[in-house]
Amino acid sequence: MAAVELSGLSHAYGRGAMRRQVLQNISLRIDPGEVVLLTGPSGCGKTTLLTLIGALRSVQSGDVTVLGERLDGAGRRRRQQVRRRIGMIFQGHNLLRCLTAEQNVQMGSDLLPGLGYRARRDEARRWLRAVGLEDQMAQMPHDLSGGQKQRVAIARALAAHPRLLLADEPTAALDSATGRGVVELLRTLALEQSCAVLMVTHDPRILDVADRLLRMEDGCLLPPVQ
Amino acid sequence: MKRPWQGRRIPLSWLLLTRQPIRLLVALAGISFAGILMFMQLGFRDGLFDASVTVHRLFDADLVLISPRSASSVRMAGFPRRRLVQTLADPEVEGVTPVHWGLMLWRNPETRRNRAILALGFNPDDPFFMDPGLAQKTGVLKQKGRILFDQLSRPEFGPIAQWHREGRTVETEIAGNRVRVAGLVSLGTSFGADGNLLTSTETFLDLLPQKPPGAIEVGLIRLRAGSDPDRVLARLKQRLPDDVIVLSKQGFIDFEQNYWRSSTSIGFIFTLGAAMGFVVGCVIVYQVLYTDVSDHLPEYATLMAMGYRLSHLLGVVLREGVYLAVMGYVPAYLAGQGLYWFVRDATRLPVGMNATRALTVLVMILVMCVASSLLAMRRLVDADPAEIF
Repeated sequence: MAAVELSGLSHAYGRGAMRRQVLQNISLRIDPGEVVLLTGPSGCGKTTLLTLIGALRSVQSGDVTVLGERLDGAGRRRRQQVRRRIGMIFQGHNLLRCLTAEQNVQMGSDLLPGLGYRARRDEARRWLRAVGLEDQMAQMPHDLSGGQKQRVAIARALAAHPRLLLADEPTAALDSATGRGVVELLRTLALEQSCAVLMVTHDPRILDVADRLLRMEDGCLLPPVQ
Repeated sequence: MKRPWQGRRIPLSWLLLTRQPIRLLVALAGISFAGILMFMQLGFRDGLFDASVTVHRLFDADLVLISPRSASSVRMAGFPRRRLVQTLADPEVEGVTPVHWGLMLWRNPETRRNRAILALGFNPDDPFFMDPGLAQKTGVLKQKGRILFDQLSRPEFGPIAQWHREGRTVETEIAGNRVRVAGLVSLGTSFGADGNLLTSTETFLDLLPQKPPGAIEVGLIRLRAGSDPDRVLARLKQRLPDDVIVLSKQGFIDFEQNYWRSSTSIGFIFTLGAAMGFVVGCVIVYQVLYTDVSDHLPEYATLMAMGYRLSHLLGVVLREGVYLAVMGYVPAYLAGQGLYWFVRDATRLPVGMNATRALTVLVMILVMCVASSLLAMRRLVDADPAEIF
């Protein structure tokens, strides 16, 4: 079963004269354990594609199957259920400012069903150790550096045991060495979980971590280059 | 199966509230202020209604006759005394006693200024009082020109109680007639009367010579043990002409309270004041929660993107409201107690905390906070998780 399977996906914003087509007839497939990078000029529809796969928007036309669930025609509740199984890492780290690093990660592991508080906390700590932040567990986000915050966000996304990880320019706010480290960490951890990764990036220095590279332009997926 | 400890979560609502302690303190000050406002207004209102019947509660009567022209304790009209005597014809009436009731001008013996005081004139041999201690004191009134002074009267009447306790002979004038204070009682002031004095019928009539002698203001009727006051009341109503009204004791109390409640604006004003406190509180809590939710909107959207349900987030905001309510109530309660003490001290009105009012204000604050959090939640529905990418 593919992690993501799209066929004939189109999406438009606005209505009437203001209507603007952002995605045209996109078809793609991502297998479990595959790391796919998506690049393209800004405004080409990458983020829209990511939000559609991430069940954050309702599908207008085309078939979308994510982790075995049909998303076209799915209601609010169904999309929320699918989101629980998808890890998301954002451009801004979007950590909760009032929580410590450990608590932020636990907001991810809290989504795991049937685990007691301690088990969920231990899970959070395990992931913080995995991203190398065992000494920063009790820090508040504003006391962490950009790279550390992004690593907390990765730990949070993985703590819910996702089968698919979506990342939108995770290195945008980081210097090149840190960015490289974060992406490699992301790749290693995702592979251990045989979790598929779809990452949107502009950063040419990290393209080599991908199994496959997708390029978009004007809402269309360009044919793969060998 | 979900066990209780598995349900334990990070106390997100609490952490969200306490992240900015200054803002939390300002919010709590606002909520407490609203609570204090409600405590004060409701306290004044209830105090007024309680105080207006302190004198009414004194009498140990089953039925009461008053004139239909009487409006309230400060505007009592007379009716023919023989109506009261007529009721003795009823086999279930055990005894009756007439009471004279009216305002008099009391001269402060220290400053020589006049001030209206509520005077009750009754038969000292048969005073019909609930409190046996009070009934014993009335013996001294058999001598003419003697009065019992209410030591809870406002200080404007003069340092009567203090002088009396010091053993001095306290004498002053009422409407040009000399009276002597023969003892002290504790009744309490009301919004209508700043002070009270008790005296005998004879003294009362001497002080107000222009009063028609056959007229009384209140007639107290005591029934034989085991008789049904409602039945006798209905019978007397039928038998007596309509220049008197027959009331049960509770009816007499209600008559007075209804006057203050409906015929004056006082009850309305205090209820409105409490409502204002409620509205002010609502606005403050709503502001706090609304900014709080707006402030954390990206974080809420992140949680929704992670797969948290909207209802889970609504629960977070609702709990914030409940925490605010409880934390704001405690200082409001304590300040309310303090202010009641202060008001009691300054006005001698029986304003005090009671369980009903404590609960009423708690419920109002809870409703205020929960309603505001529900309103602020509408903002949450706008949190589009797609916007955060």
